[in-house]
Amino acid sequence: MIITKPRDWARIEENLTSIGARRVFLMGCGQCATVAHTGGEKELEETAARLEAGGYEVTGWTVGEVTCHLNGTKLESRKHQAEIDSADAVLVLACGAGVQTTADAIAKPVFPGLESLFLGTVIRNGIFEERCQTCGDCVLDKTAGICPVTTCPKGLLNGPCGGMWNGMCEVLTDRECTHVRIRHRLEEQGRTTRRTLAPKDFSTALKPGGVNIRESGGSR
Amino acid sequence: MSRLRDMLEGGEFVVTGEVAPPRGTDLAGMHAAVDLLAPHCHALNVTDNQGASLHLSSLAASKALLERGIEPIFQQTCRDRNRLALQSDLLAAWSLGLENLLVVTGDDPRAGDHPHAKGVFDLDSTQLASIARGMNEGHDMMDRDLKGGTGFYVGAAMFPEAEPWDVQLARIEQKIEAGVRFFQTQAIFDMDKLQRAVEAVRPLGAKVIAGVLVLKSPRVIDFVNSKLAGLMVPDAIADRIRRAHDPADAAIALAAEQVASIRDIADGVHVMPLGLDAAIGRILGGAG
Repeated sequence: MIITKPRDWARIEENLTSIGARRVFLMGCGQCATVAHTGGEKELEETAARLEAGGYEVTGWTVGEVTCHLNGTKLESRKHQAEIDSADAVLVLACGAGVQTTADAIAKPVFPGLESLFLGTVIRNGIFEERCQTCGDCVLDKTAGICPVTTCPKGLLNGPCGGMWNGMCEVLTDRECTHVRIRHRLEEQGRTTRRTLAPKDFSTALKPGGVNIRESGGSR
Repeated sequence: MSRLRDMLEGGEFVVTGEVAPPRGTDLAGMHAAVDLLAPHCHALNVTDNQGASLHLSSLAASKALLERGIEPIFQQTCRDRNRLALQSDLLAAWSLGLENLLVVTGDDPRAGDHPHAKGVFDLDSTQLASIARGMNEGHDMMDRDLKGGTGFYVGAAMFPEAEPWDVQLARIEQKIEAGVRFFQTQAIFDMDKLQRAVEAVRPLGAKVIAGVLVLKSPRVIDFVNSKLAGLMVPDAIADRIRRAHDPADAAIALAAEQVASIRDIADGVHVMPLGLDAAIGRILGGAG
């Protein structure tokens, strides 16, 4: 899921002030931002209270079911049309994808209420780690299901680098070196550990990504 | 002709040193260090934005050494350039007459003086070594013919003391397979571990130049232990320097002992005097 964190409050106020907004509608998200405790009902209530304490009027709020879903967000907006019409701005507590669908769905100034961080694995409730960069050129088949592109801070395909010490990472010194983990897991599974990976194909990660499975076009 | 290659491949013991290009355009300080080190060394490494901090490029500084009749070992890290720039600089280096190449990963940018920089790491050191070998064969990494190839003597870094050894050994084998002909090691404190590394490398046909770091003061020891990646000074050695009446003198004596041991084990020694450049003669025991 997409892991987010609250945006600096001063930046949010700066955004609202820049267009003289006093009346604000809030949009959350029932998916990732709810799990990340950044854009669910509780966080929307807290944000509404904070805005009101700051002298803003909150015209209404809703938690979209899947805010990054364009049609879903359009439907959700229609349900709150009057509240949105009376607002000067919409503050979105969702990832950047959710902010953009909201901006497409609502013809009002839309501002981000969160910072989008990474595609995260939920280790435990409230503990998230980045494990995948959605690079489009997966090497997990060769690396025992551990992504070096993401979990090695240098993103090296072949390692360890010279900074590894006693099996630990140079940069994240409290973590085991990704390349040590990969080699040892491959070994445990009786797989070859001597393979040198070729330079990565970064053309698959060119932005913006797009997929269309309705037509034969596939991804770009 | 690369004297480094001729000597190592001919079985002669080599001595290498190291200089850092300046942060700026005034080469006087680097040349002063070169003047002290060069009479004792067969070649000098020229670092590439060492410590992830801004310096004049290794390419230009290596060429400056060459112009003074000193053989450089051109260092290239994977941190600051993508595959186009790395290959372009390899072609430039060869065209400028640089024949010795040391490829390394590079420290993380967050450790340096531009902590907000994007670490490139488009390639890793093994991949870069393999590309250099390809250029020696006359083609780029896309297998396209070059109008004039290269003839680099390709080296890489090795870390005999960084456990786990099975992982290090696998890396060494990968690098040799990629075309690495010589290794320069991180500073060695445990000669048994150096011996272990040399015994692993020799049958594979590559050479080992063992690193000696002159621990000239307690402050340097603290710096190495806290700031230098992939290196720790063992307590016994640290205590010897810390307790010495004259730490610099004790460090020089220690380094000289290490050099003497390395002569019996490895194919060469790489001296990092950390400013005690004038003591290199003593460190090398009058040889070099």
